[in-house]
Amino acid sequence: MNYSIALRTLVIKEVLRFVRIWPQTLLPPAITTALYFLIFGKLIGDRIGTINGASYMDYIVPGIILMSVISHSYANVVSSFYSTKFQHNIEELLVAPVPNWVILAGYVSGGIIRGLLVGLVVALISLLFADIVVNNVLITLSIVILTATVFSLAGFINAVLAESFDDISIIPNFVLTPLSYLGGVFYSVKMLPDIWQTVSRGNPILYMINAFRYGLIGVTDVNIQLAYIITGGFIVVLTFFSLFLLHKGIGIKN
Amino acid sequence: MNALSIRNLRKTYNNGFEALKGINLDVEEGDFFALLGPNGAGKSTAIGIISSLVNESSGSVSIFGHDLKTDRSRAKSCLGLVPQEVNFNQFDTVKSIVINQAGYYGLPRKLALQRTEHCLKQMDLWDKRDTVSRRLSGGMKRRVMIARAMVHAPKLLILDEPTAGVDIEIRRAMWKMMEAVNQQGTTIILTTHYLEEAESLCRNIAIIDQGLIVENTDMASLLARLHVDHFVLDLAESLANVPMIAGYQIERLADKVLSVAVPKELGLNQLFSQLSAHNIKVISLKNKSNRLEQLFMDLVESKPAGAK
Repeated sequence: MNYSIALRTLVIKEVLRFVRIWPQTLLPPAITTALYFLIFGKLIGDRIGTINGASYMDYIVPGIILMSVISHSYANVVSSFYSTKFQHNIEELLVAPVPNWVILAGYVSGGIIRGLLVGLVVALISLLFADIVVNNVLITLSIVILTATVFSLAGFINAVLAESFDDISIIPNFVLTPLSYLGGVFYSVKMLPDIWQTVSRGNPILYMINAFRYGLIGVTDVNIQLAYIITGGFIVVLTFFSLFLLHKGIGIKN
Repeated sequence: MNALSIRNLRKTYNNGFEALKGINLDVEEGDFFALLGPNGAGKSTAIGIISSLVNESSGSVSIFGHDLKTDRSRAKSCLGLVPQEVNFNQFDTVKSIVINQAGYYGLPRKLALQRTEHCLKQMDLWDKRDTVSRRLSGGMKRRVMIARAMVHAPKLLILDEPTAGVDIEIRRAMWKMMEAVNQQGTTIILTTHYLEEAESLCRNIAIIDQGLIVENTDMASLLARLHVDHFVLDLAESLANVPMIAGYQIERLADKVLSVAVPKELGLNQLFSQLSAHNIKVISLKNKSNRLEQLFMDLVESKPAGAK
């Protein structure tokens, strides 16, 4: 059995899904982040000065790009897989000889691709406001891909466990957005009081944003190796948990 | 070889409801097989397990000799399912629904395109290939599901109430299509609430009730058990009194309409000669109800004695 054809079919279907509705999926982040750059970077940022030697505009660009990648990779998988469950299209995959890892890889790939496309759109918008020269291409690309993978997997788990449309909006609104904002998108954790610095270091998104910031502009609040370990660790744990849910049929089979 | 073998299949849902109580079933290759039962009898659960949509509690299922647990991929490759409810993405076009399914079964792109065209033409849907599926009529949506189920040329096709809710013209067309598919060598398992559909199409039958198989035989043997046929007679003239004819149970249904229970050993010839003797002229007659329906009701109304 050639599973590569099934995987390719699923990935193409997922990509066409969000491309077909590009005004809902690719356009909004361009507008939102342009406003972030204009208001926070240009208008307010000019009065803040530099952080860790970088201009405020340059400092917030990596965080805003990665925040967009996180929210869109998560949103893509959670909405697509939950809709598939809700409309019972998932039965098309369950009936066919498609192994669980192909189902997972197909949906997660769709999330990663959307996350990266949105990241690219935001990065292009940022060029209108900042003059970024990439510090380390390998770290930049690897961290953005790994981060998109983490949140695509998280979105998949959310969708599998969700029983209503409310359930797919709770995590993005009440967990993901606060953690992203508190993950050092707009500030350095070193600016916080000691106690909040310690609390912030329990937020995995802090490591991802800072590693990405290091890749782009060479500035970080965290150890890069530790950022890789945490991101990789999340990928391993979330992958095994996703496969466990699929194997048991939790949320998708009677 | 058996197209389908089920052994001691049980399913108890989380709420404690025992949907299947250990059923055994064999369907031969090439058969057109009816799986009947009242609502809640366990048909959908059994089909759900066979098609990997429901996890069984215990027991085994094998499709063309491939065990669904240990040889899952090969077993699934042999199977096509047309579910009861529309379950495709209604925002996709007809063609993309079918071609994606071909991809899930591992068909290379060129072959998938050929098979998609063949199946859509067979279902008379080729002209609608670029139509978004939510714009199709109910009958067309069902045909899309049949085309989707057949795109990988399955050896076993399960049709779960494929004609429910479609008009008689489309139903007849679908019967012809199902017969043609079966004649081409595909084993078909059909569930339906239209018992005349099962009677006219299927060669073998199993009736499931309360999680048990209460009957599993060939259609001819089952129908042969029917001792009495019920007919409706249209008369030329009104009758003052309902005639009394020994051996037949006669009732008046309307002014010029009689219902007659005809025991098989007496037959119709004797009935007509007796009616002629009473100067009663019959214009036409028809079966009062479907024969299989009578047997079905007899079987499911009596408590099952045990699983077969």
